[in-house]
Amino acid sequence: MTIRPLPQPYQDTATYWAAAKEHRFVIQKCSDCGEYQFYPRGVCSHCLSSVLEWKTASGMGTVYSFTVNHRAPHPGFIGMTPFVTAIVALAEGPRMMTNIVDCDPETVAINMPVEVTFDDVTGDVTLPMFRPVA
Amino acid sequence: MDPEDLRRKVAIVGVAESDIGRVPDKSKFQLSAEASKAALDEAGLTKDDVDGVFTTIITDGGQFSSMLMAEYMGIRPRYTDSTSIGGSSFVAYVEHAAMAIATGLCEVALICHGSTNISDRGGRAGPVSVSDAIFGPTQFEEPYGISTVGSYALAAQRHMHEYGTTSEQLAEIAVATRKWASLNPRAMKRDIITIDDVLNSRMIASPLHLLDCCLVTDAGGAVVLASMERARDLKKSPVAVLGTGEAHTHRMISQMPDLTETAAKVSGKLAFERAGVAHSDIDVAEIYDSFTITVLLTLESLGFCKTGEGGAFVSNQRTAPGGDFPMNTQGGALSYTHPGMFGIFTVIEAVRQLRGECGQRQVADAEIALANGTGGVLSSTGTIILGRD
Repeated sequence: MTIRPLPQPYQDTATYWAAAKEHRFVIQKCSDCGEYQFYPRGVCSHCLSSVLEWKTASGMGTVYSFTVNHRAPHPGFIGMTPFVTAIVALAEGPRMMTNIVDCDPETVAINMPVEVTFDDVTGDVTLPMFRPVA
Repeated sequence: MDPEDLRRKVAIVGVAESDIGRVPDKSKFQLSAEASKAALDEAGLTKDDVDGVFTTIITDGGQFSSMLMAEYMGIRPRYTDSTSIGGSSFVAYVEHAAMAIATGLCEVALICHGSTNISDRGGRAGPVSVSDAIFGPTQFEEPYGISTVGSYALAAQRHMHEYGTTSEQLAEIAVATRKWASLNPRAMKRDIITIDDVLNSRMIASPLHLLDCCLVTDAGGAVVLASMERARDLKKSPVAVLGTGEAHTHRMISQMPDLTETAAKVSGKLAFERAGVAHSDIDVAEIYDSFTITVLLTLESLGFCKTGEGGAFVSNQRTAPGGDFPMNTQGGALSYTHPGMFGIFTVIEAVRQLRGECGQRQVADAEIALANGTGGVLSSTGTIILGRD
């Protein structure tokens, strides 16, 4: 069975994916300017400092925008439609791409409060996703 | 030299398409080269006159694009540019070529593009298999099933939320564009459609329906530029480059600073300032329409209307033939052709309108035209304003 495309961790991102595998959601905070950023990088995109700290994020956020996919965008998603791809604004500030799961796709709305959950897609890869706050 | 000093220094002297639509028996390289030959013929130039080459190919076999295409056509340029910012690249190349010609870095610039986007997929649009292990920052997007249409859908959803824009308003754009296509014998889709047809077409990624999306085709195109001085000795009436701008704001849609505003806010402002013209001076606009929402956001970002008012602006078929804002007069990416990157075709049509060559779809007395390319996922823009000599 074809599976969805999966991340291949690299220098900037290995820590993030290793944490996700342990069901921990971490994001980077710049030690120099204090800004959070997402996605993980080797430098701060606000001030180019290389001194970044990994912080366990609150896992809370709101839906900034979303789409319900009615056509599989990749063969690995055939059989999963309709499903929701969304940009979530994290409580810490940055935005990230994710799926909204554990709900009827038609109930998803902009500004809906969501919380992180983890999908162990394979034995090696866990993807952080979000679900409506109960 | 200030950017304004480029005004009317450089001209577009030749434009052409290759065979377009479904062209399974020709490679993308051949399509690009045949368009180049036709554009040079139009100007009365040959490939031996070309000393600047500008191209990018996004799919397999396209590495080192300008070297590859120059070699394919037996051209050895002294100015080369493979800027790769998506479909807007070919509009941005007009700025680069104008600068190179005005400063004497090259004399005859060839911008070319070829793509077998539909034939490469076995003749039908649909899911494309990307590599299963994603390296680089897109590993934070692709595992979640984001696609090109999905990315634009996120922007459409947000615009609807913030400004009350409706699917009917987006459909107005598709309907108007199809009317223009019905007047263009080369357009792929020429049957008139209604707003209901758009709303009843299959939902691809909400809120975008199938008819909110561009075609997937094969096609090539080319544009040739030279100094205005040289252009006046060539076969076609020169079309002057009045002003240009380019900008990009992000690569991935999740990183877009504001889903309702594109880089055209910057590139458009620059182009208008450098051209020294006002919005009311634009007689015809060619706006890259990868999706209906692309047009709506671009019109706002270019300043033809205020942010949030794009839906009202395009209502009542304002952009259709006979409307007071003629736009995408060849039928656009929605109905004419879309080989993965459409930018060059916005330039080609703007030039033809200014030359008065467009037959049934000709905008009367068009003297100043604007072309805007959008690349990536609302990531990059190139804006040019052209005028009759």
